[in-house]
Amino acid sequence: MDLHNASAFTRRAFMHRGLTLASAAVTVPAFLQSSARALMRPDAPLTSVPGVPDERILVVVQLAGGNDGLNTVVPFADRAYYNARPGIAIPEREVLRLSAKGSGGAGGAEGIGLHPRLTGLKELHDQGLLAVVQGVGYPNPNRSHFKSMDIWHTAETSGTGEGWLGRYFDNTCAGQPDCPSHAGVAIGRAAPLAMQGAKTMPVSFETPDLFRWTGLDGAERDPAQKTLDALVQGGPASPDGPDSQAAFLTRTALDARIASDRIRAAVASRPLVSYPNNPLARQLAMVAAMIRAGLETRVYYTTLGGFDTHAGQGGANGPHANLMQQLGAALLAFQQDLKAQGNDGRVLTMSFSEFGRRVGQNASNGTDHGAAAPMFLIGPMITPGVRGDHPSLTDLDQGDLKFGVDFRSVYAGILTDWLKTDPVKVLGGRFRPAKVVRG
Amino acid sequence: MAQDTPSISSSLRPIDADRFGLDEARHLLWRAGFGGTPQQVKALAAWGPEKAVEALVDFDKSASYPAPRPDEFDATLVTELSDEERLAVRRAAQSQDEDTLARFRQRRMEQERRDRAQIVEVQKWWLRRLIESPRPLQEKMTLFWHGHFATSYRTIENSYHMFLQNQSFRAHALGNFGELLFAIIRDPAMIAYLDNNDSRRQAPNENLARELMELFSLGEGNYGEKDIKEGARALTGYSFRGNQFAFFPDRHDDGPKVILGQSGNLDGDGFVRAILAQKACSEFLAAKLYQFFVAPIPARAEPGHREAVTVVTQMGSALRASRYELRPVLRRLFLSEHFYDPAVRLARIKSPAELVVGAARSLLAPTRELSVLLDAMDLMGQSLFFPPSVKGWDGGRRWINTSTLFVRQNTLNYMLTGRTPQGFEPLADSRVFDPAPLLAPLSPDDRKDPARLAGFLMRELLGAAATEDQRAALAHFLTSGPSPDHPDTLRGAIALITALPQYQLC
Repeated sequence: MDLHNASAFTRRAFMHRGLTLASAAVTVPAFLQSSARALMRPDAPLTSVPGVPDERILVVVQLAGGNDGLNTVVPFADRAYYNARPGIAIPEREVLRLSAKGSGGAGGAEGIGLHPRLTGLKELHDQGLLAVVQGVGYPNPNRSHFKSMDIWHTAETSGTGEGWLGRYFDNTCAGQPDCPSHAGVAIGRAAPLAMQGAKTMPVSFETPDLFRWTGLDGAERDPAQKTLDALVQGGPASPDGPDSQAAFLTRTALDARIASDRIRAAVASRPLVSYPNNPLARQLAMVAAMIRAGLETRVYYTTLGGFDTHAGQGGANGPHANLMQQLGAALLAFQQDLKAQGNDGRVLTMSFSEFGRRVGQNASNGTDHGAAAPMFLIGPMITPGVRGDHPSLTDLDQGDLKFGVDFRSVYAGILTDWLKTDPVKVLGGRFRPAKVVRG
Repeated sequence: MAQDTPSISSSLRPIDADRFGLDEARHLLWRAGFGGTPQQVKALAAWGPEKAVEALVDFDKSASYPAPRPDEFDATLVTELSDEERLAVRRAAQSQDEDTLARFRQRRMEQERRDRAQIVEVQKWWLRRLIESPRPLQEKMTLFWHGHFATSYRTIENSYHMFLQNQSFRAHALGNFGELLFAIIRDPAMIAYLDNNDSRRQAPNENLARELMELFSLGEGNYGEKDIKEGARALTGYSFRGNQFAFFPDRHDDGPKVILGQSGNLDGDGFVRAILAQKACSEFLAAKLYQFFVAPIPARAEPGHREAVTVVTQMGSALRASRYELRPVLRRLFLSEHFYDPAVRLARIKSPAELVVGAARSLLAPTRELSVLLDAMDLMGQSLFFPPSVKGWDGGRRWINTSTLFVRQNTLNYMLTGRTPQGFEPLADSRVFDPAPLLAPLSPDDRKDPARLAGFLMRELLGAAATEDQRAALAHFLTSGPSPDHPDTLRGAIALITALPQYQLC
């Protein structure tokens, strides 16, 4: 493949997207060049072409603030639970029981069930699409939001270094010709540490409208954007050589312009199912739209906040219950959307929080920062049912649940069995992959 | 056919005064500061290199920025538990007295909350100072040391210690590097960041000793594991009490040590002296200064590599000759032929601080809400007082990706138009950016001429980086309004230039 064809392809791609670009000869976005190459290589196995439907996708749902695991996956058969939480425990009769059917016959569901407002998750469970991994944590738990979040993001107990998904990209994507600038997309104001690698940064935006030049006002908006396109296109090229700082910046600007257009076009489409009106659902609807549009993105990152329930968190009703409602309903709609698209088999969704909360409630009918908590995994590829034992409510570590599963073995399981990556490269060789994906 | 590559000067010889024009003056202002207005550029060019460099380097002769008031920041927000309180906590933990434990936890959380609010105030204070100080090089060096001796609030959670460290960097900005090393091993923020307060003679913590050599002075490969072990022993007992350095003799190992070939009963100062005696120290510092002020050092096979290395070597010798006094070395660099060589001009990607502070200083763009600017800088990857690790910010191309490029464009758009970087129209700030003063050097006729006006704006905002096509496109835009120098049209043109990839360069 020579450069001429590649740039011709690129120019067509620009035109196709409604951009009037004078010349794209030097500053062809790297990933488009190679898509052209891949498309024009007859012997290329289809699966290696970015964006074709059997590329696997991971969607992360971060529950920020420390979700109360004990009121999420409720140990209703344990008296100690009711003794420790007289003001906020979920009454036994309201707990959503987990049938053996959804657990694929696996044990572990005895005496535990879901928060009554997690009806969405219950439905996913009944369809065999939900895995609950109980008692997930790490040694010497840190109870600071910042630090514990950094620990989960870096998969290092020091909480320093690159993010685990950033290292995944560094090892599998960065520097390769078919690695798009939007291999990782995070919905939120800042790029999460988890997705920052030594060579990789995710695309991040709160809403796609913000993933663009805010430009000038009203009537001047369109001419200004056209002028900007012309200015970027007319930027310095040849004499500086392809690797000058200016050429690098121009290349990135073109990448950004294309990613912005594609993402905004994708998100403008109507979803195939109706989503509830909550912040997580809005994010997941965008993710589903981007998946449907065939973006080459491998990891999407979403966040639901508000879980730092120190006071008046409520039980079967109240602020925490509302969060449970939002979480379950959003995840259910997302899964239904993926199914309607025919993409459900490509997408594994994983939720986590930086820590659970203390076993005993505090004096203000809330809970303080704790340790181990459950994780949820969703999709037809996961090993359904309840994994691991519910941590003991009496054998505690400084008032906190002891962890039974290190979160990094869950990461390792996803990396090995879903993303088909050697977890040693990302996590070091220390963690035995948890069997969370079928196969 | 052999291609003619223009030769790059590797000389620290002073540049000829007649080769010091507007482009050179603008380059000097960006590198030794945060850019300047067209009028400032013109004034510096008229002064010639000697006087221009003197004005920046000998900043003690310039007006000073008002010192922070004694009560500007609360020095007592973070307090350690007293011995009695510590005992009470231990008793409560033993007897499972949850109420008492909760009370202490509550108190700590309240303290942390107030301190987190204060670090935002410290950030604003520094950002304002970066923008307003009549001594831009002093602030630029303070920023350099903050990245060099990177310490993060996120780890130490003590805003006053961060403030004190910042003041110390400013006091030593262009002083003596040796003095700065003596100060840094006594700096409470650094001591806490690298755990030296937990270091004991029985179990020395090696964190500070390692980074002192690897990242702060010598670089990898210029010391051994044994030097780290012995260095850590030398630093035992260097801690702090409240906001002040404190030496704890009972924690200090005063036995004989050998560090980097120097033997004796070395303490922290002895360790630093052993470091300063290494040639590697001067060359390591020279290379860091070069990359901050001049350009990235090209890889071995790349054009410009040899010249850059030659200059770094000369800067290293100069540092040794001046016994680590920084001012003479930077003066020589800023006057040198190499510093003005076209190959190193517009070769650096602006850090978020340079972008934001530079726009305020060179365009006279309103700063509007400092908290919005700080937030935007965070999104661009540089939060003051929150470097990502002890290595500081990687900088260079690591600043740039598709997301940060939009944030950069939109932050400039916010400063120029009042539209927030997030694009929320209702929050738009009604203060109006007045572009007229930027046109001061232009004749009235040139202001009405789209081509000349476009050329002028691009030269002032982009240096020599604009192409003919770009000038034509901008000239065309300037004809779209009632007149090229109509404020709305000018504002639009300036917003467009600042949205360009090349605007990220300085």
